[in-house]
Amino acid sequence: MSGLLLLLPLLLPLAGTIVLLAGSLSVGFQRVGAVVCSGLTLVASLVLLVAVDRAGILVVQLGSWEAPFGISLVADRLSAVMVAFSALLGAAVAVFSLGEISRRRIQRFFYPLYLLLLFGVNGAFLTGDLFNLYVWFEVMLIASFVLTALGGARAELEGGLKYVILNLFSSALFLSAAGILYGVLGTLNLADLAVRLEASPDPGWLQAASLLILVAFGLKAAVFPLFFWLPASYHTPPSTVSAIFAGLLTKVGVYALIRVYTLVFEPLFPQAQGLLLAIAVLTMITGVLGAAAHFEMRRILSFHIVSQIGYMVLGLAFFTPLALAAAIFYIIHNMVAKTNLLLISGIVIRLQGTADLARVGGLYRSAPWLAVLFFLPAFSLAGIPPLSGFWAKLGVVRAGLEGGWWFAVAAALVVGILTLYSMTKIWAEAFWKPRPEGALPLMAGGVGRLGWMVVPVATLSVCTVALGVFGEFLFAFSERAADQLLSPQEYISTVLAGRGKE
Amino acid sequence: MTLLLSLLLVFAGALAAPWMVRAGRGWLRNLLLVVPLGAFLLLLGGLPAVAAGGAVSLQLPWFPSLGVTLDLRMDGLSAVMGLLVTGIGALIVLYSFGYLGKHPQYGRFASFLLAFMGAMLGLVLADNLILLFIFWELTSITSYLLIGFLHEDPQSRKKALQALLVTGLGAVVMLAGFILLGEVAGTYRISELLGEGALLTASPLYPAILLLILAGAFTKSGQVPFHFWLPNAMVAPTPVSAYLHSATMVKAGVFLLARLHPALGGTEMWTGYLVVFGGLTLLTAVVLGLFQTDLKGILAYTTLGVLGLLTMLLGVGTELALKSMIVFLIGHALYKAALFMTAGAVDHETGTRELTHLRGLRFAMPLTATAALLAALSKSGFPPFFGFIGKEAVYEAAGNLGGLGWGVLAVAVGGNMLMMALALKAGIAPFWGRPSGQTPKPPHEGPFSLWFGPLLLGSIGLLLGLVPGLVGPTLVAPAVSAMTGAPSEVYVKLWHGFNLPLLLSLLTLAGGLVLFRLRHHFWRVAPRVRYFLRARGAEATYDLLFASTVALAEWQTRTLQSGRLYSYVRIVLLFTVVLVGGAILSTSLRLAPPPLPGPIEALPAGIVLTMIVGAVLAAVTDNRITALLGLGTVGFGMALLFTYYGAPDLAITQLLVETLTVVLFMFVIYRLPHLRHPSRVLIRLRDAGLAALFGLCMSYLALEAITLNLDTPISERLAAMSYPLAKGKNVVNVILVDFRALDTLGEITVLVAAALGVAALVTGGLRRRRRKRAE
Repeated sequence: MSGLLLLLPLLLPLAGTIVLLAGSLSVGFQRVGAVVCSGLTLVASLVLLVAVDRAGILVVQLGSWEAPFGISLVADRLSAVMVAFSALLGAAVAVFSLGEISRRRIQRFFYPLYLLLLFGVNGAFLTGDLFNLYVWFEVMLIASFVLTALGGARAELEGGLKYVILNLFSSALFLSAAGILYGVLGTLNLADLAVRLEASPDPGWLQAASLLILVAFGLKAAVFPLFFWLPASYHTPPSTVSAIFAGLLTKVGVYALIRVYTLVFEPLFPQAQGLLLAIAVLTMITGVLGAAAHFEMRRILSFHIVSQIGYMVLGLAFFTPLALAAAIFYIIHNMVAKTNLLLISGIVIRLQGTADLARVGGLYRSAPWLAVLFFLPAFSLAGIPPLSGFWAKLGVVRAGLEGGWWFAVAAALVVGILTLYSMTKIWAEAFWKPRPEGALPLMAGGVGRLGWMVVPVATLSVCTVALGVFGEFLFAFSERAADQLLSPQEYISTVLAGRGKE
Repeated sequence: MTLLLSLLLVFAGALAAPWMVRAGRGWLRNLLLVVPLGAFLLLLGGLPAVAAGGAVSLQLPWFPSLGVTLDLRMDGLSAVMGLLVTGIGALIVLYSFGYLGKHPQYGRFASFLLAFMGAMLGLVLADNLILLFIFWELTSITSYLLIGFLHEDPQSRKKALQALLVTGLGAVVMLAGFILLGEVAGTYRISELLGEGALLTASPLYPAILLLILAGAFTKSGQVPFHFWLPNAMVAPTPVSAYLHSATMVKAGVFLLARLHPALGGTEMWTGYLVVFGGLTLLTAVVLGLFQTDLKGILAYTTLGVLGLLTMLLGVGTELALKSMIVFLIGHALYKAALFMTAGAVDHETGTRELTHLRGLRFAMPLTATAALLAALSKSGFPPFFGFIGKEAVYEAAGNLGGLGWGVLAVAVGGNMLMMALALKAGIAPFWGRPSGQTPKPPHEGPFSLWFGPLLLGSIGLLLGLVPGLVGPTLVAPAVSAMTGAPSEVYVKLWHGFNLPLLLSLLTLAGGLVLFRLRHHFWRVAPRVRYFLRARGAEATYDLLFASTVALAEWQTRTLQSGRLYSYVRIVLLFTVVLVGGAILSTSLRLAPPPLPGPIEALPAGIVLTMIVGAVLAAVTDNRITALLGLGTVGFGMALLFTYYGAPDLAITQLLVETLTVVLFMFVIYRLPHLRHPSRVLIRLRDAGLAALFGLCMSYLALEAITLNLDTPISERLAAMSYPLAKGKNVVNVILVDFRALDTLGEITVLVAAALGVAALVTGGLRRRRRKRAE
């Protein structure tokens, strides 16, 4: 039973893909199918989350091959919460897509690819095997690449090309590193790798290989100086696509970094700490400066993704229980808020024809409800209390001060102000400013035509408020998750439970 | 419980305001007044306990993981501020009915105003440092929304942002200070912190904590050099200026310092910073105020001056100084809110706030003129107004100090003279003399809502002056004991006898009158002063910082995110080489390099050499087909190596893939333009070097992987298990379809996704072509 719980977040999107491909290509069927499938995935993921929190780490040895010979799927608290919130975004964005994704795109297999992306993301969160993680990265990569390029417009293809080439480089590095680790340690199972590395006479041998992995995952997470693919490609596809990318893709990279550094490379962490700190600080700064330089809503938001990845990596770099808890909380908060903001940019484009801040305006007057829905995630992102981003920032900052990382804390705080600046830029230009001369014609039918696009945006805004006001639930959970990460014995013994019996 | 109730009432009012305003323009909207009045009465109910030396408090858990509670506590200090916030707040809400009630966005305005009120009330009642910070930030955000209320005006947007950024930056710095303070004291509960003064001031972190917290307090309360945002915030509608930027929010910084005085005060550092910055702020503000001709501008600068004076008094920190600070704070809140409201009424009813156009309005606006007169007299410190008591108290406190006191006294007397001149300018000049007849609208008295508030506040100023016993034991003494941390026996009275303070008061009055008479001389040079400030002042520094940050951002983004894939790949490669190469170097310094594998055999060596030739050829050639063939050599060589080392299935796969790639590329190549090498030799050499380094790193790692086996590989067990358990003789096949079947499933979906992509793009292309043909 518990095995099925763990498998459902994978099986449901896969089944959905197959049904959508095998069934009719009628637009209605595709839409209903995608929404139902992502909704079911959400329910299954929530059940999994509760089960893992109550009953401890769940493991499925696929094909009943005991670890480390087969592939283990593992759900600890971190995995489960990542799967749950990914599923929340998956469902929310699927509903949003009903209002945005065109008939033509749907006939080009938009929804099967969308579900494949969710499949890949959940796989990455749930796998306990290094090479299998590589496979999930490939699934995500190719599904997301096709999703970006699906429109076939020149800008989309160009962005997609940069995206796929840089990410393939990351895949190549990851694959090489997996090969090297297998060559040296003779296993691919993460728990087994951890045991063998711990027992090896000198883990220093694997420093170089671990850095290879750091680069590979860092590129996926879009840290400095590996983030170029992200701002190059996120503003071109429909907002549905950039929203789900913003919520999921980079977070998988951060998740993978946290996973390997707490589980496998823990003995190598002291040498990597300085590097991670530097990367985190520079990521925060370059990202937020990129956002300050731009004047298009989606480009600003894309650079903010980069900047905020820096905070998450900072949490990992501090490596205290509080810091890791804050990093987890930060990831969740950011997934919800950032996806929502990109969805809102989609509504702005729908209403005013563009997200270029120079050519939009007057939304404060014409769409006050949208102003409220934007204000909440935007100011949450800027760390304004009592919204979710404040707790995330407070946790990271406090952990940094406790550890005496003055410089990193100073950077985090100043970056917070610059974030606030770029959020007010969108607010002032798109909402407060009157509609400029030369703006594109307004959408016919006005606000009433938005239909389904509003529901997920409102839901996610409420989530942001709830994660702020009732954030203690999630933060306490994050602390439990961080404890699990910092004492990996439970993970290792659960995965390798069968080994002693032979 | 009353504290929580009052907070909830105000925030509920904020939520309900838009609907209440929209639903029924009349009575339902007026019901909004119940919100601040109710909160005021609730706080008043707690006052007897506070006056008796106790406190009203409530402890609620909220975010235990981060040490944040919903603890509220009202002692003497918070009672003073809380009553001002809600009491003046009620009058401001009433005033806003008359001032903005007809504005189409009045619902939002009322909502923001009440939200601000709740935030401010929470700030003064919070008994947890982080909770206080949360409300602090909320006041900044609501202030941003209120300053930018006239949002279609670019100036409003700009100044709202300026206030937000300046106070926001101070706030996050302060947050760091709060966290450190909590670390040292071991608690975030303010009432517990206050007992830890000795521990805190002795801590090595004390200077850092104090400076960080001062950054927050000084930005919020507009101390030099952060003073510029406050006069700029006057672009807000007048009710906002009167409420936020005079009577309440800007006092938050002073309040915070007063709140933490028992914990952080009493050191030389404290006194030094507060007295110097407070004094500087006072003098700067009143001197700049002399050159103002805008009614609200004058009031903004005097507000700054008062904030400086209050800070200075907190720095002095004796019981008398703290008493005078509280008395002055109360007096200021009363008269300054009144003066702002009369200024707003003048603006509303005449269409201008420009002093040079305003004279003799007392005939048209008698009630407003009376209110302004009362407030101005109190502000100038004429007996028997409450302002007089405040000023006397300041002089008394400074006169009792000795050395430092003479400096403080001089600054205070000078500052007060100028403030008095400014008070007369703002409260008397527009209403007296002969009517100018130059106003855009013919002046007339405003409605009840516009004159009632200021008249009431002005009268209270007079009443408290005559009967200071009303606030002395109930508010001032408890507030002082909250700031000293010990029961206080201070008295507030009008008449102190003939002594130094009285003499100084008379001196101040005389000096102020003289300066007021000379006002036109200052106005004549005003444009030049303003020009100088724009070029050299603190605001110019802010503008420069702002512009250079944006310029830096643009430069950085152009440089890094250049849009060229080539540059991205190079940076990523370089980063990898630096990291991995560095690690390899540092390990080889420490550990012996992995041994080379056995003797080199001739055949594989030959194959490898051929592959190298192919790779180099592909890199240097100018011909695409040659490059393709070179790459093909590498691929086929790899297949040969697989065969040689006994992996025929891998070799077959490799052959197939390689053949397909070469063939497909051949098709494409004919459609591509000629290959050119636009880059210079140096760049090509650099890239070649980078590529070579990267290759070296990877080779080293591969060598390590082959030769360094720290543990038995699982493949041995897999081979052993393959036939007996998985019923397959070919281990590779069993791995693919059984041991690691999930990998295969994943790769199949990769192929499916790729196929869908190709199909989508190709069919899309077909459809387009068909359409073209149809045309």
